[in-house]
Amino acid sequence: MNAQTESTPIIEMRNIRKTYGPVIALAGVSIKIYPGECHCLLGDNGAGKSTFIKTMSGVVKPTDGDIVVNGDIQNFDNPRDAMEAGIATVHQHLAMIPLMSVSRNFFLGNEPTKKIAGISFYDREKADHETMEAMRKMGINLRGPDQAVGTLSGGERQTVAISRAVHFGAKVLILDEPTSALGVRQTSNVLATIDKVRKEGVAVVFITHNVRHALAVGDRFTVLNRGTTHGTAERGGITPEALQDLMAGGQELASLEGSLGGTV
Amino acid sequence: MSNETTTATDERVKEMSSFRNALIRPELGGIIGTIAVFAVFIFLAGDSGMFSSQGVMNWSIVSAQFMIIAVGACLLMIAGEFDLSVGSMIGFAGMLIAIFGVTFGWPMWMAILLTFAICTAIGALNGFICIRTGLPSFIVTLAFLFILRGFTIFLPQTIERKTIIGGIREAAEGDWLGVVFGGKILQGFFVYLGDLGIISVFERGTRAGQPVVDGIPMMIIWALGLVLFGHILLTKTRFGNWIFASGGDAEAARNSGVPVNKVKVLMFMFTAFCATVFATCQVMEFGSAGADRGLLKEFEAIIAVVIGGALLTGGYGSVIGAALGALIFGVVQQGLFFAGVESSLFRVFLGVILLGAVILNTYIRRLITGER
Repeated sequence: MNAQTESTPIIEMRNIRKTYGPVIALAGVSIKIYPGECHCLLGDNGAGKSTFIKTMSGVVKPTDGDIVVNGDIQNFDNPRDAMEAGIATVHQHLAMIPLMSVSRNFFLGNEPTKKIAGISFYDREKADHETMEAMRKMGINLRGPDQAVGTLSGGERQTVAISRAVHFGAKVLILDEPTSALGVRQTSNVLATIDKVRKEGVAVVFITHNVRHALAVGDRFTVLNRGTTHGTAERGGITPEALQDLMAGGQELASLEGSLGGTV
Repeated sequence: MSNETTTATDERVKEMSSFRNALIRPELGGIIGTIAVFAVFIFLAGDSGMFSSQGVMNWSIVSAQFMIIAVGACLLMIAGEFDLSVGSMIGFAGMLIAIFGVTFGWPMWMAILLTFAICTAIGALNGFICIRTGLPSFIVTLAFLFILRGFTIFLPQTIERKTIIGGIREAAEGDWLGVVFGGKILQGFFVYLGDLGIISVFERGTRAGQPVVDGIPMMIIWALGLVLFGHILLTKTRFGNWIFASGGDAEAARNSGVPVNKVKVLMFMFTAFCATVFATCQVMEFGSAGADRGLLKEFEAIIAVVIGGALLTGGYGSVIGAALGALIFGVVQQGLFFAGVESSLFRVFLGVILLGAVILNTYIRRLITGER
């Protein structure tokens, strides 16, 4: 990873501030994301994670600070700008419709079309074929492309959403708490997906408050606390306990640790 | 589709039985219902003339009426919204045509086009209010149910001092657009069938020798055309994908870049368009516009759509199913008459079949999504 660390970041957030009236959500946060890395963004509830990724994906405009994409300062006006820059977000609430088939979901908003007699129609064959292809690459066995997304497990849905983003050319993938509602097995599937995507050269921004999930796949770790960052640590340069302490702000959790047996 | 495409199969993915597969098609209820209804009436009213040429034309026209408004209601319901103002819109549109074409004496084509413009604009307004305020369309269109009905009574009373305006057929005489809604086609073919003795002909009077059913009314052509259009739009175009997505989960659809608001407003406009088609065909057929036209039609449209397998909550359904729902409706309503059954029982039937359809649909939804 060291070789990549020295290359230019694919996206850099410089001193991002965001205030909502008197409330300071972000008080100057800076991180650099490199291609092919999994950058974990950790923080407790209310630490500013959501606001931060919203600025990164163009949903929220920062009050102050710069977003630098491939060396150029680009301040996103709306989510579409961010998408065009190759930044895709997989939301906590997935952009998936349970009643619709996997292939229709996969191509939602980007439907392939073919022209018949001058009228453009939805190219179902192509959509089905490419969906099955992409799903097989991610190791999901579908009954068929017309299987409804509602029948997939939470982890599989995450994987569909992730592979969809990659399929449509995402260079930076923001995953907002993808493992928070999943079981052990499903979580490991999602983490495996993250690993596959990273190996394709996509930068993954992995938001979580679970230190173990972060340590399982993360290359670098940034902890947010009360709208500020406590710096970025490399893989191997920080212990799980230290990360946990940083997230909690240092004190209360440390005193709990004894009675809980250190298993938070 | 096929399983050859998957190299490794998951042992937990059970093969779906073809029965189960068929069950999750939205049209299933409509197909079974249609077969059942025809079976019952062939048995009950087979010899009453229900299946003679006049009989068939009779329930076909009624079914076509239901179909026209069901197509609009179906697409709108799949997009996640309701329109309760359909019935009032029918009365309102008919009245506008009568006022423009008869009272004002404008050319009929102009009256019809202007009415279409006004009514689709009201449909757009319905949609716009729903989207801007975030209120349920149920409430917004309920308001328009009363607003439009009020105007439908107020306008002719103020202008003509009556609530029924006649003389539309005379005013539409020879009008190119009037024929598109009020004309008949394939008349030569029906004369030919009559000559062959396949369909019945008048035996005496001035029209002796001519077939009793002398052509297919444009109402039926409009119904079939709209069903075809709706079905292709929904299943074969990317816009159809967006309709499903808007009703399935508007927020998720927005996150995927689907212009949900645009889709919904367009569907409100399409529903209004269908109601206006209904109204135009009806005033051309009756030759008059009445203030009470279209009463309760909004519910009949919704019931046909639900019988056709659409979910009231949106995101799932089929235009073909809705059309079959409309057919069931028409056949039963007219069939009870042919079978000599008290016609008030139609409402009992309506309630029962609605309840049955909704229960079946809820069960199907669980099958699709795997909920328990």
